[in-house]
Amino acid sequence: MRHVLSVIVENKSGVLARVAGLFSRRGFNIDSLAVGTTEKPEFSRITLVVTGEDLVIEQITKQLYKLIDTYKVTDLTAAKHIEREMILVKVSINANNRSEVIEIVDIFRGKIIDVSDKNMTVEITGDYEKNEGFLSLLKKFGIIEIVRTGTVAIQRGTGN
Amino acid sequence: MSAEKMKGSKILLESLKKEGVTDIFGYPGGKVLHIYDDIYKSDIKHYLVRHEQAAAHAADGYARSTGKVGVCLATSGPGATNLVTGIATANMDSVPMVAFTGQVSSGDIGTDSFQEADIIGITMPVTKHNFLVKDVKDLALTIKKAFYIARTGRPGPVLVDLPVDVTVNKAIFNYPESIIIPSYKPTTKGSSRQIKNAIKMIREAKQPVVLAGGGVISANASEELREFISLTKMPVSSTLLGLGAYPYNDYYSLQMPGMHGTAFSNFAIQEADLLISIGMRFDDRITGKLDTFAPNAKVIHIDIDPAEIGKCIATVLPIVGDAKEVLKEMNAYLKEESIEAKEPWLKIIEKLKLDYPLTYKMDKNAISPQYVLEVLNELTNGDAFYTTEVGTHQMWAAQYLNHTQPRHFISSGGLGTMGFGFPAAMGVQVANPGKTVINIAGDGSFQMNIQELSTVSYYNIPVKNIILNNQWLGMVRQWQELFFEERYSSTNLEGMQPDFVKVAEAYGVLGLRATKPAEVREVLKRALSHNGPVVVDIRVVREENVFPMVPAGGAIDKMIGERGSI
Ligand SMILES: Cc1ncc(C[n+]2csc(CCOP(=O)(O)OP(=O)(O)O)c2C)c(N)n1
Repeated sequence: MRHVLSVIVENKSGVLARVAGLFSRRGFNIDSLAVGTTEKPEFSRITLVVTGEDLVIEQITKQLYKLIDTYKVTDLTAAKHIEREMILVKVSINANNRSEVIEIVDIFRGKIIDVSDKNMTVEITGDYEKNEGFLSLLKKFGIIEIVRTGTVAIQRGTGN
Repeated sequence: MSAEKMKGSKILLESLKKEGVTDIFGYPGGKVLHIYDDIYKSDIKHYLVRHEQAAAHAADGYARSTGKVGVCLATSGPGATNLVTGIATANMDSVPMVAFTGQVSSGDIGTDSFQEADIIGITMPVTKHNFLVKDVKDLALTIKKAFYIARTGRPGPVLVDLPVDVTVNKAIFNYPESIIIPSYKPTTKGSSRQIKNAIKMIREAKQPVVLAGGGVISANASEELREFISLTKMPVSSTLLGLGAYPYNDYYSLQMPGMHGTAFSNFAIQEADLLISIGMRFDDRITGKLDTFAPNAKVIHIDIDPAEIGKCIATVLPIVGDAKEVLKEMNAYLKEESIEAKEPWLKIIEKLKLDYPLTYKMDKNAISPQYVLEVLNELTNGDAFYTTEVGTHQMWAAQYLNHTQPRHFISSGGLGTMGFGFPAAMGVQVANPGKTVINIAGDGSFQMNIQELSTVSYYNIPVKNIILNNQWLGMVRQWQELFFEERYSSTNLEGMQPDFVKVAEAYGVLGLRATKPAEVREVLKRALSHNGPVVVDIRVVREENVFPMVPAGGAIDKMIGERGSI
């Protein structure tokens, strides 16, 4: 099963290497990883998307906790939460299909941020499924390049 | 009045004093010259080893035999990388250690400057934690953290990397009395509800077995374990790192489980309906093939490291906590309401022990390695520290020595590091002056840190190296005999060996030799009574195998014995 783990770590150099090293050393796979500072400058948040059975996710969580720099690991999967990922995608276009592409971008509330007569760059934000749906619709036009930020997620409501 | 500033190198030594460090093991070099200059002026005793690996193992032996944090020091680059095997060894066996390494000047880091190595990156996976100190102002606090992390929770090695400018620059020395690391808070007290549930399960079990690991020893919980067993009357098996936690030859003792464990221990585990494992991590050398291990047993797992619970084996009842505290609480409940001995089970165990004792052949003309260990039991009366190298001699030492006290059997379990025993013995001896310290060695392993003869000779560290010399890399030879149709690829050391007696003498160390059984006792007596380091070359039966043996990845009740399968 796909899990979204939100990991609060000390904001200092080397922490990302410790987390990444842990995953490679223990043979855990990362689907995506996003890192940035939080409302408190001394902490960073690493949002990890991982796929695995419950026992594996439990091991990953415990191993993350074992790192001295880890404050908190929250598995958002079970809680009500919002996920977002931003994608920049460059798709090839021509005079005939240009308006069809624009229509799809509109439906998905994407933003066209760069256009030439041969290709168009679109910015789209959404959860994993929406983004995958969008990309699959663009496929037939020919995707030249995709850049993804990795998923970030936040718990709904006042939960902390 | 403003406090006077102190040089980083001095801050380091003052901090060590605050931590109660009296001995360190190390080797100098360009990037630690300032530190060595302050060592020169300090009353902390520095032992100059002859290879940095030995400094790490010595710190390890020091720590394992006392429970204190062992300390080692090396210069940048090759000095630091030479420590790595020792650090990894300590990490696998949860040994509290702080390793200090020199580093190129902070401004030069990343430029491939002379003798630069990214020791932080290199040791990240083999330390509990590591620190690069970038500013002398952070030095004292970092050392405080390093010792605190090394010794608390599940102990482990911590490395502190010291760029040379940090040792030269000055800051006000202010050593914190206590420390809180908000992101690091080990759980030491087990859940009382879980503990009560555990007692209920123990009460209801018909065929329980206790598995005691290194965690019992590092928690100093040996007394509590002994009381726990006397209150519950359950058989108890100790892993390699747990040997000494419980008296080895006691009625309830199953001795050691696993690949080279006793057959009765392995059979008991396979028939158990409940395993109570304390401070052990279900290493594959214990369990063999996991899905055949203890098929009928529910597992109660007591460990200070939550990540160990459920890592290898499904646990019915986890208790996260320090072994000493958990056992104390258990014992308190048990004293209120006692548990009856499970007589039918104890009868089964009695019979297993009678039917499957450890055995070996004795020859009038050739020395059996096991016999040497039995003579040592007699001569030392259990009052000696033992370290081991890695190989068949190590397994015989585990099987045949009479382990009666915790912290007295010191062996590289998790990493299986040849070359560990001799330098570890130096550390044990430095920490325990006046005690008998014996390294049980193989002729292969002994050569991996043989240069330390120079160290023990110079400081007169009176460790006794007993080489069970079979002129083979015996453990590997055994696997080749059993699983590779006797193709002895690169394991025969016959004709390739130095004369160990002469080597010892060249270093100014007493060298002795025994070639016949009749000589063993006299030679060992001489070695033990000699007031100085000794090397004893004991020529043992060359092709002796360690039995019982569970082939790798097999079920632990499918063992090979001296006379075929058990
Ligand atoms: C550093 C290291 N290298 C290789 C090994 C693999 N190994 C395990 S036991 C062994 C043979 C040890 O020979 P010796 O020290 O003579 O002991 P014996 O088995 O003969 O008692 C070897 C090579 C190891 N454990 N450690």
